[in-house]
Amino acid sequence: MIGILALQGAFQEHADALKKLSAEYKFIRNQSDLCAEFDGLILPGGESTVQRKLAKELGLLEHIKKMIEEGVPVLGTCAGLILLSKEIACGEETTFGTLPVAVCRNAYGRQLGSFSALGNVGDISDFPMRFIRAPYIEGIFSEDVEILNVLDHKITAVRYKNQIGVSFHPELTSDLRLHQMLLKI
Amino acid sequence: MMESNRYQLNKELAQMLKGGVIMDVTTPEQAKIAEAAGACAVMALEKIPADIRAAGGVSRMSDPAMIKSIQNAVSIPVMAKCRIGHFAEAQILEAIEIDYIDESEVLSPADDIYHIDKTKFRVPFVCGAKDLGEALRRIAEGASMIRTKGEPGTGDIVQAVRHMRKIQSEMARIVSRRDDELFEEAKQLQVPVEFVKYVHENGKLPVVNFAAGGVATPADAAWMMQLGAEGVFVGSGIFKSGDPEKRANAIVKAVTNYNDPDVLAKLSENLGEAMVGINEQEIALLMAERGK
Repeated sequence: MIGILALQGAFQEHADALKKLSAEYKFIRNQSDLCAEFDGLILPGGESTVQRKLAKELGLLEHIKKMIEEGVPVLGTCAGLILLSKEIACGEETTFGTLPVAVCRNAYGRQLGSFSALGNVGDISDFPMRFIRAPYIEGIFSEDVEILNVLDHKITAVRYKNQIGVSFHPELTSDLRLHQMLLKI
Repeated sequence: MMESNRYQLNKELAQMLKGGVIMDVTTPEQAKIAEAAGACAVMALEKIPADIRAAGGVSRMSDPAMIKSIQNAVSIPVMAKCRIGHFAEAQILEAIEIDYIDESEVLSPADDIYHIDKTKFRVPFVCGAKDLGEALRRIAEGASMIRTKGEPGTGDIVQAVRHMRKIQSEMARIVSRRDDELFEEAKQLQVPVEFVKYVHENGKLPVVNFAAGGVATPADAAWMMQLGAEGVFVGSGIFKSGDPEKRANAIVKAVTNYNDPDVLAKLSENLGEAMVGINEQEIALLMAERGK
């Protein structure tokens, strides 16, 4: 069972991807949803400020952070990457802070800066990447962080033990290989 | 001609706003309050709809300096309104890199025949719709997000509900039609048949659909979500209420937990005065009738 953080954003798109892979999932909206046993977590795209606030105020933060620290595999996409990161440029408040990287929010500017590209993500070749007001990773704090993609000298995808964080949105494409990567951890 | 990738990226930004609340703000201070309360985007405008309605007269696009001050105040997407049909206003909003343009009936319509050809723009547009035909016509013109028209500035939810139910029931009808009946449906709806085919196959609009107009309470917001909205615009409902911060917070959480009455009950407690509002029958000007 994969838990999808469903506070705000494109959580349904992740559910659709998991359905295609015949993987079970459950939306996490409040504390009662955390009773289940999770084999993995997805933190979707959306607005990270909203998701951070709701995770905190709906009492989900500590529980989810503990799950990640205990090794439950997690995939964070765009806002999800920001939620995972240990540091956010401009000193903004962090959320789970389990992924030892620093991210820069809205790093490519406003919506006119949104773009798409094709690139390799680790062993996955030619992955379609959709960047929507996306962040990128500007600092790495551990040698165990594996860089999965660099685009125009900017790090956009990493893996650290059980955590995968990407700047872009695999849930907006029909390519399921990153979701498969999560399921294989 | 707009690159098709740009249109796709614009539809995708709307997908990222889903499950969120977009709040009307008139100052950088209000924008910060909205962001801190959990707004997924703000709509920058000089007067909120209730005041536009009260002031009367022609209402136009806001001062770009005022919009920029709001862009500088928050990190979430900033939207702004232009008048229906007024593509020069839209060009100005694109020049200041607005994240979304609302071609809005809340402002005075500037063209009583033509809407903006939104395919000519790189920034995304959201447009209002009362029914499926209107929604699909706006999408054909290049809108990458749709909202109900509601009746802005009234605090009365009745019209948003009417529009949302109408769109949902018309889509259900399209889904149930035979393939060879879709051409006639397209003719009746006055829209290109490929959009009717999309609805037939997918049971939903090809873009994200939000509720707007008259949302004043957490219950209103939750109800719209249960009726099929993918997120909610709140205009006058927040900053015309007794305790904007608290109400904004509660509406944001109500949209996330729209199916959980226990949570909604707690959220609805002690919010102070809701905006006073006006009933539909008491207003002389139906803004929803602007632009079809």
